[in-house]
Amino acid sequence: MALLAKKTHDIKIKRKRTWDDHLLYMLTNVVLVFALVIVAYPILYVVACSFSSGSAINRGEVWVWPVGFNLEGYKLLFSYSAIWTGYKNTIFYTVVCTTCSVITTVMCAYPLSRPNYQGRRGLATLLTLSMMFGAGLIPTYLLYSNLNLTNTRWVIIINGLFGVWNTIIVRTFFQSSIPNELIEAARIDGCTELRTLFQIVLPLSTAVLAVITLYYAVSNWNGYFEHMIYLRDRDLMPLSIIVRDILISASINLEDIQDPELIEKMSGVTDVIKYCTIVVTSGPIIAAYPFVQKYFKKGVMIGSIKG
Amino acid sequence: MKTKTPKAAAAPVALTLRQRSKLQQFLVRFRKNWQLHMLVLIPVLYVVIFHFGPMYGLQIAFRDFKPRAGIWNSEWVGLKHIINFVTAYNYGELLWNTVAINLYQTFITFPIPIFLALMLHVNEHKWLVKITQNVTYVPHFISTVVMVGILNQVLSPVSGIVGNVYRAFGGVGLCPDIRASAAAFRHLYVWSGTWQGMGWATILYVAALSGVSSDLHEAAELDGASRWKRVIHVDLPTIMPTVIIKFIMQFGSMMTVGYQKVYLMQNDLNLSTSEVISTYIYKVGLGKMQMSFSSAVGLFNSIINTSLLFLANSFSRWLTSGEQGLF
Repeated sequence: MALLAKKTHDIKIKRKRTWDDHLLYMLTNVVLVFALVIVAYPILYVVACSFSSGSAINRGEVWVWPVGFNLEGYKLLFSYSAIWTGYKNTIFYTVVCTTCSVITTVMCAYPLSRPNYQGRRGLATLLTLSMMFGAGLIPTYLLYSNLNLTNTRWVIIINGLFGVWNTIIVRTFFQSSIPNELIEAARIDGCTELRTLFQIVLPLSTAVLAVITLYYAVSNWNGYFEHMIYLRDRDLMPLSIIVRDILISASINLEDIQDPELIEKMSGVTDVIKYCTIVVTSGPIIAAYPFVQKYFKKGVMIGSIKG
Repeated sequence: MKTKTPKAAAAPVALTLRQRSKLQQFLVRFRKNWQLHMLVLIPVLYVVIFHFGPMYGLQIAFRDFKPRAGIWNSEWVGLKHIINFVTAYNYGELLWNTVAINLYQTFITFPIPIFLALMLHVNEHKWLVKITQNVTYVPHFISTVVMVGILNQVLSPVSGIVGNVYRAFGGVGLCPDIRASAAAFRHLYVWSGTWQGMGWATILYVAALSGVSSDLHEAAELDGASRWKRVIHVDLPTIMPTVIIKFIMQFGSMMTVGYQKVYLMQNDLNLSTSEVISTYIYKVGLGKMQMSFSSAVGLFNSIINTSLLFLANSFSRWLTSGEQGLF
């Protein structure tokens, strides 16, 4: 009754909280803090270990802060020449593949978004079919090796050239965010299709371009399976393969380290090196993350609308 | 006026078009669209050559492929390889491993982000919500290789958190190595996937939840609904359509496992639960060079995949009366 009386004074006054409301709010606090700790703790632990001494890690003294702070692991890791080759290759693959992918994606998405385009239905069917049916690993491998593309940089560029899903995202954006009247007006004023694309559509699509650039860049930066299958030369290998050798196969090619002192140290600190490797490889992407995260979120949203 | 001009101009063109033959019409439209055709040329050629091109090589699934003889000259053996696979000693194990990982993954990684999104939505502390969101997004950007590396390190009985905890609670000696246990493989795979993906997966749900009109909440509140009741009767129903569609689509990819992660997590000791069809294809095909057999297994797998996908898609379309489907 007291509740009702209050409401007559001011309709906006909130309902008084009952015990189960309080319980729910407490529950959300607990769940969020739990999720936060569960996700953050292993990351903090890895970072802390990378700065600690090997013996402290093995004795189990490291919990949150580095124990026996030193940069030995990083020094050793950076003196490992394969890491640098890997970094160079990864940057090469990421930049070249991403550029090529974004260009071809736009090339395909723009005609697909034009309602009067002659080959629109055929193109859409082709893309849908390619999404549903694939030949599989071995036949694809045979094709590349028959074309003498294996063990070259080309195979990596070609293999990931084109993402149908990203094309659909871009097409949907073109269709829903750029008014058709604008394009029609440009066409009537004598703009060719290409000029319309470059001067009208693309300047208005920076958001979606950023989204797919990031998508392609992350998948190229993280990729390893294609590289493992199609490449053999160590000089062509990206960082991810080198990292896999260090982290999972636990093998370091000792010939790549010139300093004999280092080799001696190496045996004692393999775990530290592994922790350092994790930090060094994921660092750049996670460091860039706060600046680009809104584009990623936008991408999830655009991707969820299908036309 | 603006809308009138193009219509008036279009009418006579349409008339003359009708008078021409079909071929001429086609050519006229082709000339009008030639720049667009040039644009799609490279993507189309790419898809045809590198995506459908390998379909030609798929016939080795029905042949005894010998690299020297080439695809066309290898001996035709029909369904031999598929029958070999279906009757192989490890056929049941492979199939079960693939399905089990997927089922387990669906039932864990699916509800958790929904729950988390609801918690994020209900919580009143803006700062806590922001921090939790931003931190839980981070693992999404960790690559598979590094993810498995982290898993190996953190679970290590010597230098990992698991070892630390074991010793802190008075464990004697070394704790058993869970990384090498076949029984633990599925749990590790699924829960590490949840760790990595749960934050990211909330984005869609949180967006859907914040789209709920505040009128609904106010009305419910006036009627005396507690926050619990509003979660159940206002929030949940609004995200239900998204949830159902995502669930059905997940079912469609039942036979595809993120084989990259499985492959990296495999070791000799957990192989009895960790060998799935896709890793088997890779090992047999490129490791042991039994290309025909491996292609046959791949074909078998993708036939099941595609039918599941079609099934899921038509079910989803039926449920939403044609609105939502993958294609």
